[in-house]
Amino acid sequence: MSDSLSIQNLHASVDGNEILKGLSLEIPKGEVHAIMGPNGSGKSTLSKVLAGHEDYEVTEGTALMDGEDLLALEIDERSRAGFFLAFQYPHEIPGVSNANFLRAALQARLPKGEEIDAVGFYKEMYEKMDALSMDRKFTGRFVNDGFSGGEKKRNEILQMMMLEPKYAVLDETDSGLDIDALKIVAEGVNRMRSPERGFLVITHYQRLLDYIVPDVVHVMFDGQIVKTGDKSLALELEEKGYDWVTEELAVSA
Amino acid sequence: MSTTLSKAESETKPEQAVPWFAAPPVHDIALDLPTWYTEHQSESWDRFLDLPDPVRKDENWRFADLRKVRFSELVAARPVDNVETLVQRAKKERVEHFAAHYVFANNRLVYSEVADLPDGAVCLPINEALVQHGDLVKEHFMKEGETLGGEKFSALHGAATLSGLFIQVPRGCVIEKPVLIHHFSGGDFQAVFPHTLITANENAQVSVMEFFESVGDSEQNLVIGQVDLVADQGGNIQYVSLQDLSDLGPKHVQINSSRAGRDAKIKSAFVNLGASWVRNESINRMQGTGSDCQIYSANLANGSQEYDQRTLQSHEAQHTTSDLLFKNALYDDARTIFSGLIQVQPGSHYTDSYQTCRNLLGSETAEANAMPGLEIDADQVKCSHGSTSGQISDEEIFYLQARGIPAEDARKMISLGFMNESISQLTGDEIKAHLFDRVARKFRGLDQ
Ligand SMILES: Nc1ncnc2c1ncn2[C@@H]1O[C@H](COP(=O)(O)OP(=O)(O)OP(=O)(O)O)[C@@H](O)[C@H]1O
Ligand SMILES: [Mg+2]
Repeated sequence: MSDSLSIQNLHASVDGNEILKGLSLEIPKGEVHAIMGPNGSGKSTLSKVLAGHEDYEVTEGTALMDGEDLLALEIDERSRAGFFLAFQYPHEIPGVSNANFLRAALQARLPKGEEIDAVGFYKEMYEKMDALSMDRKFTGRFVNDGFSGGEKKRNEILQMMMLEPKYAVLDETDSGLDIDALKIVAEGVNRMRSPERGFLVITHYQRLLDYIVPDVVHVMFDGQIVKTGDKSLALELEEKGYDWVTEELAVSA
Repeated sequence: MSTTLSKAESETKPEQAVPWFAAPPVHDIALDLPTWYTEHQSESWDRFLDLPDPVRKDENWRFADLRKVRFSELVAARPVDNVETLVQRAKKERVEHFAAHYVFANNRLVYSEVADLPDGAVCLPINEALVQHGDLVKEHFMKEGETLGGEKFSALHGAATLSGLFIQVPRGCVIEKPVLIHHFSGGDFQAVFPHTLITANENAQVSVMEFFESVGDSEQNLVIGQVDLVADQGGNIQYVSLQDLSDLGPKHVQINSSRAGRDAKIKSAFVNLGASWVRNESINRMQGTGSDCQIYSANLANGSQEYDQRTLQSHEAQHTTSDLLFKNALYDDARTIFSGLIQVQPGSHYTDSYQTCRNLLGSETAEANAMPGLEIDADQVKCSHGSTSGQISDEEIFYLQARGIPAEDARKMISLGFMNESISQLTGDEIKAHLFDRVARKFRGLDQ
């Protein structure tokens, strides 16, 4: 399938320990998929493998973005090709202002010799910050430096809105957000939903999925997708806990 | 251990040095100078002749490469002939809004432009100030008795200086925009001696930015500058030195002295990008209750550049505060030395004092030395000092790359950000932007 983010039989390890153990997942353009799964099941590992983090070694499997081999690209090439990861723990970059950072990220997408239009850039950034109820002072502040947990997450969504990716993975963007912030961020994501864009939302809480309603819900366990369903699966999980899935797995094994 | 050390030292001990100068390097401005000044000059010259060259045994010269401070056959700088080009350069490389702008080339004033100086503020080349306001100059001129090792340089400076600016801001007067001073220097074995004397009287305020630039390329010239900053009660001074001399050749010594009276604030900064060897000394005395000194530095050293910086934060009254943040980014075989001392003098209770030196090592062969120090003789004191050295973390690069920024650009951005942490502490958006751009320009030229 060429109009999707397609992951087949993905195996990845860190320091020789296998964490992703044959994971398969397909997110067609226009859909929102959610992944839920216990701590340590490998959700963030999946997101970082897709982003190209060098700590993780892919030993088997493929990941294609609209038919293009994502794993063959450098980290920055993946981003420019349209992949975006909103980090669970965004890094701090002291001394680099948020505005300069975003500008450099957009500049990197332009052909050589072409300069970003500064006026248009600020206008767009302010609009998007307003949509996320982010104070203008965040443009001058250093990237994530001294930001609260919730402010960092909002900043990730701002970056996503500015970079307009084809596929976005949101790794626990909801954790650390108060209920108002959660609604604002969900609204931002919903405004970006389009037939041209796919989302993978990693979360522990059904609550987020009330605001960002998923088309498909996956359950991840020990490095694999073990169950897939519609949004009622999230409700069922919340009610019965992960034991229910593991017990079911044990029965079918 | 100690025997080998002293043996090595005696082996490398230089033969009794030839004097750096054959005669006092006073330049040729004919003036009716006050007697106190000419006496100070000749006393300074005698002291210069008496003082030994720096030696390695001296704690104040620890880690310094003393081969870089052996001089001979130096002369006072001679006039340059391409003055017009220099003035154009100075006009191109300045912040847009300023109160006044002075350009010196090899000790001589070659251009001045007063844009927006409030009434009452005195802003004059020091040689004119000596003639017109001799007593005002005398009150604070080179009054700091101590140095942090640079006494021979300071004595020479005292014997020679006749260029630079005298600024006196009277009580309650605020100079909103910065005063800019360019010092161009060049010519092999020629020396310049810029002096800056800034006094802010009660509740007065001024910001000064000084630029050190080379006339030519790779000339073996020497700059020995000294800066006196004196803020009376409630006074506020910011002083920024941007040293961007040619990378190969020029050597730059600058000795800053700050004295803050009651509730006064003095912010001073060294930004070093050029020169083959730099020695910065910064003595900060918080003399009045509630006074505050902030000292910042951002230094980008590559090739075989050596930046040697020594500081003193001396708390001499109660409720005084000070903060120091020095940042060095080093590449190739560059060396930096930071030696800082916080002294809380007896009875200076309720002092808050901080001192941080951070080094970003961009190569295996670069060498950053840091010697933080603390002496406390008071109660209810909050002090901290520390230094770190490290490389850019892979996680930071990953984060930028994950947003589409190529690894090489990511490194440069992070390094620039590292320097900017110090620059961003200064006051004035145009000043900060100018410094940021100058540092960025040097980064662009580096292969990391
Ligand atoms: N860089 C690493 N080095 C060592 N172990 C790692 C590394 N990254 C992940 N792991 C391990 O891989 C497993 C999966 O971690 P991962 O962060 O992907 O889980 P997760 O599903 O995102 O958990 P959480 O819900 O707590 O965020 C864990 O056991 C973790 O300790
Ligand atoms: Mg995780």
